[in-house]
Amino acid sequence: MAVAPKFPEKHYLNETYGIRSWLLTTDHKRIALLYLVSVTFFFFVGGFFAMMIRLHLLTPDGYMLSADTYNKMFTMHGVAMIFFFLIPSIPAILGNFLIPLMIGAKDLAFPKINLLSWYVYIVGGTFTLYSMITGGLDTGWTFYTPLSTVYSNSAVAPAVIGIFITGFSSILTGLNFLVTVHTMRAPGMTWFRLPLFVWAHYATSVVMILGTPVVAITLALAGMERLFGLGFFNPAMGGDPILFQHLFWFYSHPAVYIMILPAMGVISELIPTFARKKLFGYHFVAAASLAIAVIGFLVWTHHMFLTGQSTYAALAFSFLTFLVAIPSAVKTFNWTATLFGGSISFDTPMLYAFGFLGLFLIGGLTGLFLGCLGTDIHIHDTYFVVAHFHYIMVGGAVMGYLGGLHFWWPKITGRMYPEWLARIAALVLFVGFNLTFFPQFLLGYLGMPRRYHVYPPEFQVYNVMSTAGASILAIGYLLPMIYLTWAAFFGKVAGDNPWPATGLEWKTSSPPPTENFHVTPEVTWEAYDFHNRPDLGLDSPTGHPPAGAVPAHGHD
Amino acid sequence: MHRTGALYGQFKTLEQQKDTASLGMWIFLVTEVMFFGGIMLAYTINRHTYFHAFAVGSNTLDLFLGGFNTVVLLASSFTMAMAVYSAQVGKKQWIKLFLTLTIILGFVFFGVKYVEYAQKFHHHLVPGKSFDISYCVNNPSACPDIKPEHLEKEREEIERAMQADPDLNAHAQLYYSAYFGMTGLHALHMVIGAGLLFWLLKNSFAGAYTPEWNTPVDIVGLYWHFVDIVWIYLFPLLYLIDRHKP
Repeated sequence: MAVAPKFPEKHYLNETYGIRSWLLTTDHKRIALLYLVSVTFFFFVGGFFAMMIRLHLLTPDGYMLSADTYNKMFTMHGVAMIFFFLIPSIPAILGNFLIPLMIGAKDLAFPKINLLSWYVYIVGGTFTLYSMITGGLDTGWTFYTPLSTVYSNSAVAPAVIGIFITGFSSILTGLNFLVTVHTMRAPGMTWFRLPLFVWAHYATSVVMILGTPVVAITLALAGMERLFGLGFFNPAMGGDPILFQHLFWFYSHPAVYIMILPAMGVISELIPTFARKKLFGYHFVAAASLAIAVIGFLVWTHHMFLTGQSTYAALAFSFLTFLVAIPSAVKTFNWTATLFGGSISFDTPMLYAFGFLGLFLIGGLTGLFLGCLGTDIHIHDTYFVVAHFHYIMVGGAVMGYLGGLHFWWPKITGRMYPEWLARIAALVLFVGFNLTFFPQFLLGYLGMPRRYHVYPPEFQVYNVMSTAGASILAIGYLLPMIYLTWAAFFGKVAGDNPWPATGLEWKTSSPPPTENFHVTPEVTWEAYDFHNRPDLGLDSPTGHPPAGAVPAHGHD
Repeated sequence: MHRTGALYGQFKTLEQQKDTASLGMWIFLVTEVMFFGGIMLAYTINRHTYFHAFAVGSNTLDLFLGGFNTVVLLASSFTMAMAVYSAQVGKKQWIKLFLTLTIILGFVFFGVKYVEYAQKFHHHLVPGKSFDISYCVNNPSACPDIKPEHLEKEREEIERAMQADPDLNAHAQLYYSAYFGMTGLHALHMVIGAGLLFWLLKNSFAGAYTPEWNTPVDIVGLYWHFVDIVWIYLFPLLYLIDRHKP
């Protein structure tokens, strides 16, 4: 048996105490935890609205909520989940915590700006919550004009101001990551030794800094139109509402990649670790992240195929949409190829990685149905679309997020979560997710439009299935929240590298000291090399750790 | 992160710190380009669709005031460049002088902008219910600041444009929305810039900037020049439209 790992005496959590030491911290690890708390809060706000939607749709005639209230529920669900949960989730929590550790830096390049980004997020979130409390929001999360600027009677202005402000939190985070990866790498940490998690965040940051300012100005223009009566998109003055849609989707389609790329980065860490094998085609996976970021900017009008745009434009954008699937496919194939011949263990993070692979595959392929001009006419604005993007965002991004949270929880808190409970939760989540969203593909194909508060009675069976699945899903989310919180205080001491994994972040203590590394590390190994790492006890030709160095949660 | 002199704890050398800071500012300026890019796209499309309304709207602006402000901003860019240079060569008195001059020029710009905006309110050129592109033409006594011969020219232009675009009054509001949106955002950036200049000035009185370490002056300089460049685009886009009629 291995010697029981020791909890370090001095680390970033007990370096200083008190509320000020948290609210005025510039430590990227503490800021990540601030984000963790606030992002989780918004996740449950969004989850509450989702619950209302699903309960309402139990019956075809929708007697629970009025039509107006229903509109508000799905709008606020989208706003809370997209702008306040999905976009900041992995980058601002895991990215913030891990990027400096992974590249061997003491902190991000601009620690104060990092803290500022959290405050900006909180201020934006407060405005948006104010809008939700004082009349709600009923425009759809897309804020299409002129509904949002002229006709809506709900609290559009504070929500637009809130999202405008929160955008800057995302811009500042992206800027910080880009600069950090360029200038703060430890000696020996070359570009092609970077973990793919860092590459994925680099690509995400590019999307953040190029896309977010555009949605900021778009919402600013819509806000000026609503508040001051200026006209940019208002047809009464000759303005073009379609212009708003172009500008909005120019950001909001790449925003999907802000959500999924970091999750892909997490998966690229999980699969080699739990297959004990070098990632297949490192350079291709890194390049695929950048390719997704670049091509992702060239597909936005596939959200607008039915707005009467030119057929030739639609053809070009349909083609480009198919093109963006290629780098995603490259990644999926490379992850699968990594598994081949690997020594696979089914720890919780790996279960999430497998969940991601299956669900992202379905989500990605159904995206092609929607990107195809002919089929899109049939399934446009139906539940097929809803199911598709939930497979990407929940099945992909949230699975990646939870997988990453479990994987790095021992690094963040220094303690292990209860493995078997976690495996059960992962399974519950997977079952609940599929039961919720798979019936929606069928509903959409049969013609149920999204955003309607009533539906024909023959669709009820699928809706009941979906609502039942959502209740299971809710349990799947509550469980990790409860046991991860418990484990942070009472879990078994994890040790520096419980899995073991090869990244630089596992070379420091768990939890890490405030300055991350006691001595500046020097990187002499290639990424995901399980064979030549005597420092991790991994120098046997098979890549298996010697007996006694196996997982901290014990032999199960 | 603790700080040793000018060096923050997360960096190893002052050189690394300086490179990092200027890379950060350049990337921030990229986001600014995208930010202004959005409104310029909206402008371009509306101007393309309603050229006549935009040309008439442009002619109701005061070319002299706009031109004067352009000169003021260019001069402020020069003084800012001199402040950066002074910091690099270590002339501490000059830094203070040139920062002060830059701030003064910034405020001259604000003053002129105030006069222009006030005119637009008096001339009923603010988008909304009382917007009337022909207000001054029809009520010359309410616009004593416009010369009668200029008003006569304006009447002809409006009549000609009306024939091409009967809904001129609505479409001219699009022009004025672009005018207030673009110059307003530009002015907001100037206000932020002025705030940064005051902060630099305060530090320079404490003698903070030396040839070894003057990064803040350098990167605020970048920002200030960027805001000037935005104006260099706005001036022709908003004031000089009629000068390149098809």
